[in-house]
Amino acid sequence: MKQTIAIIDYGVGNLTSVVNAFLALGHEAFVARRSDELGRATHLVLPGVGAFGDGMQKLQRAGWVETLGVEVKEKGKPFLGICLGMQLLATTGTEHGVHSGLSWIPGIVERLSPSDPGLRVPHIGWNDVRFARREGLYAGLGETDVFYFVHSYVLKPSEPSVVNGVCFYGADFVASVEVGNIRGTQYHPEKSQKAGLKVLENFARMAA
Amino acid sequence: MLKKRLIPVLLLQNGLLVRSELFKIHQIIGNPFYEAQRFNEWNVDELVYLDITRAGGYDLRRDDHKVRGLGDPLGILDAVAKTCFMPLTWGGRIRSVEDMRERFSRGADKITINTSAFRTPEMITEGAKAFGSQAIVVSIDALRHPDGRAEVFVDGGTTPAGKTPGGWAREVEGRGAGEILLQSIDRDGTGRGYDAELIAEVSSAVTIPVIACSGVGRFEDYAAGVKAGASAVAAANIWHFTELTDRQGKRALTRAGVEVRLPQATKRQS
Repeated sequence: MKQTIAIIDYGVGNLTSVVNAFLALGHEAFVARRSDELGRATHLVLPGVGAFGDGMQKLQRAGWVETLGVEVKEKGKPFLGICLGMQLLATTGTEHGVHSGLSWIPGIVERLSPSDPGLRVPHIGWNDVRFARREGLYAGLGETDVFYFVHSYVLKPSEPSVVNGVCFYGADFVASVEVGNIRGTQYHPEKSQKAGLKVLENFARMAA
Repeated sequence: MLKKRLIPVLLLQNGLLVRSELFKIHQIIGNPFYEAQRFNEWNVDELVYLDITRAGGYDLRRDDHKVRGLGDPLGILDAVAKTCFMPLTWGGRIRSVEDMRERFSRGADKITINTSAFRTPEMITEGAKAFGSQAIVVSIDALRHPDGRAEVFVDGGTTPAGKTPGGWAREVEGRGAGEILLQSIDRDGTGRGYDAELIAEVSSAVTIPVIACSGVGRFEDYAAGVKAGASAVAAANIWHFTELTDRQGKRALTRAGVEVRLPQATKRQS
């Protein structure tokens, strides 16, 4: 079924590729520049590249936080946070000072600190994600697949059951989360070729 | 585990795809739109487009390509971005932060600058501040002189910059570059393999990823780039005249013990 996907433009990062990916999958996708545009969407995507505090501030400034609360928490529309968009789901961020997040997923966002000095941060490139559940975002995929990452920080949820994908970079870290209608991926599905498009299609298939 | 990347570099000149030799000879090989679709279907790791058109507007000199928008380089970017679901780097003729912004808004994930980085190095820092270091790739073209000394060249390989590749790499990292695309002018289009000494010099000078390019003539050449310290190995010409270029390149890397992303990993299912 054709869905209407809103890609939230809160001034953080490039949205064209996320829009193009949903268009290629045959859905309607649009960039929402004002919070009152979210009403007509069936699915909401919060992308983002950048720092936690700055992102949260921009989200608050234009009234996105209240509207997201209504659309996602009350109406139960499927929501996907990508990269910074996933990290903002946490209670607390620690990039350039301590900041409060959306607090939809109890947890903290901390810098990657691989013990092996040979591992460079940011973690950039293709890496394996092991799926905790082969349903939801990962329906129709195998036990693992390879996704594209660009990040220096990771979300550490207090409740391990929300984790549905794990990646290894010096140590295990959370690659994706799923709680009810709320999902987040640390990797960029829109840049992860066929595996990423499959994840986006699985998201679009989720009913409100 | 984090994979080593294998990257096709596509050269555009006057709106058409070309192959290059020694930065001097450019042979037209086709239409960039169709090539992008082909690479997308191959499930490659990443794409780099470099517009090496010299100053001035496009002069197509032929009208048999039957595709609109070829006269506008950024029209090609729009079209590529629509079918490209992998990291996309765009380079060539970027002279300001505004030029960068325009390329990002049309779907590029990273931009690469070369001559501009040398003439106005502040652009590296300004770009990194505005878009993040991960989005700013500095290209370095190096020429190995007959006495064995390597030197950075700019202006499409025509002007000596008076800098060593390692020293310049360290400087651009300090200014905020997130990645280096390293090309060798004297290996370009020769198929003699990478200049491993050059790759080792630059990789050991910086902590940001280095993409090795220039000289690949056989799939076995890639592994030498990784061994010399590159985080990603790239090539241009080998992608055009051979079949199954991605798969065979990945197989050769795997045989050499390098971990790569195998395109067949994703289970096909509708």
